Amino acid sequence: MAQPLEIQKKQYKKLVDEIKPRPPVIRNTLGAFIFGGLIALIGQFMLNFFQGQGLSINDAGAATSSTLIFLAALFTGLGIYDEIAKYGGAGTIVPITGFANSMVSPAMEYRTEGFVLGVGAKLFTIAGPVLVFGIFSAWLAALLYYFFR
Amino acid sequence: MVAPKKIGAQTRWFQNPPVILARATIVGEKEGMGPLGHTFDKIITDSYYHEKSWEKAEQRMLQEAMQMAVERAGLSLKDIDFMLAGDLLNQIISANYTARNLEVPFIGLYGACATLYESMALGAMLIDGGFAEYILIGVSSHYATAERQYRFPVEQGAQRPLYAQWTVTGAAGMVLARQGAGPVITHATIGKVVDLGQQDPMNMGAAMAPAAADTIMYHFVDTGRTIDNYDLVITGDLGTYGKELAQRILINNGYDITPRFADCGVLVYAPEQDAHAGGSGCACAAVVTCGYLLQEMQKGNYQHVLGVGTGALLSPCSSLQGENIPGIAHAVVIEAG
Repeated sequence: MAQPLEIQKKQYKKLVDEIKPRPPVIRNTLGAFIFGGLIALIGQFMLNFFQGQGLSINDAGAATSSTLIFLAALFTGLGIYDEIAKYGGAGTIVPITGFANSMVSPAMEYRTEGFVLGVGAKLFTIAGPVLVFGIFSAWLAALLYYFFR
Repeated sequence: MVAPKKIGAQTRWFQNPPVILARATIVGEKEGMGPLGHTFDKIITDSYYHEKSWEKAEQRMLQEAMQMAVERAGLSLKDIDFMLAGDLLNQIISANYTARNLEVPFIGLYGACATLYESMALGAMLIDGGFAEYILIGVSSHYATAERQYRFPVEQGAQRPLYAQWTVTGAAGMVLARQGAGPVITHATIGKVVDLGQQDPMNMGAAMAPAAADTIMYHFVDTGRTIDNYDLVITGDLGTYGKELAQRILINNGYDITPRFADCGVLVYAPEQDAHAGGSGCACAAVVTCGYLLQEMQKGNYQHVLGVGTGALLSPCSSLQGENIPGIAHAVVIEAG
């Protein structure tokens, strides 16, 4: 290895890219489509059921979200959600259930560091950025709407 | 003037090669179900090991493995001159708390996943230098403690890339002695930190492969030996793709070790165990070396082995700040006793 370090690094990067396995994109996309679609389908059934019970569309929507969040939290607690996510990928991360999983998993994990500095401080480690940038985009959209409507 | 036991740039030879007197291994359930399951001394099925946290479980495994090694050597803790130990957790707490409980003079080490081989090299130097009669070595890692420190909560549903590795849950203890029966350590090649610009913390094999290749090459250059002098060159935890990369770098530099090259990370899990590129962590090299490798040497299947511990020197903070992940590798020559 007598060549200058920068050349070595470039050559090595090429070698790594050559040997690194490609992610199975088609399988992953298909998995995300099936699992994400399945979660949406279950949600639709729930929505129809709640509406059938006499709830307004808004109330039925809230009831559906709460039920899905509860189920995702339960499955995370039972150690099943991450097993499903292995195949579901983005299909299990993007829906509301993924958000529930990203809150419950640190809550379980950081219990050992106490309720305030463990659970309390670490609850939003994964969901935090989603909230911060979600709220920021909402604020930005509202500002644009206020000036340009 | 060159130090009397130094050869070449990075290698040391031992006048009275220290003996690996005894060793012990404890692993988790996944490792126990792997292809090397039968080579481990104890398999724990509860990842908490009856403790309140995974960190406490890891510490308990480490302490038990080290105590078991001392018992098997027919010694008591009072006979031990130094304890050399390390692990992956911040401030090496598993090793520190074990040292508190064992009350033996303690030298804490951090060489990432290369810690076992770092300890063996240093332990051999302490013994051959006349500073110790008995050295107790111990290293540990735990899938759950490593995941939460370096990556995501364990129950978080994230897809792992195919080149990711699985941290081995386990601990190993080893006793080195100035004399006795067993395999001996004849040489040690201390590695340099090598950085070829890798930044992906999920691709540790690629980060460590250049260091492994560098140390192996320097070992050959320093000692004037070739691959023909060894039955086996075994690296710690390069994994499937890291092993391939190290092999390619070595071939590009004129050293083809492919037919006698193995990696503990590749050996420890079966492909259907969903560990992707293989095992990693301090315990990976440690439980395979102290279990499978030394048992095979005892059976006479290997006589001359070059063991190479490999470590990725990253922290969660350094990767977030966009730093590279340098690697390190330490090599030790083990000869059947």
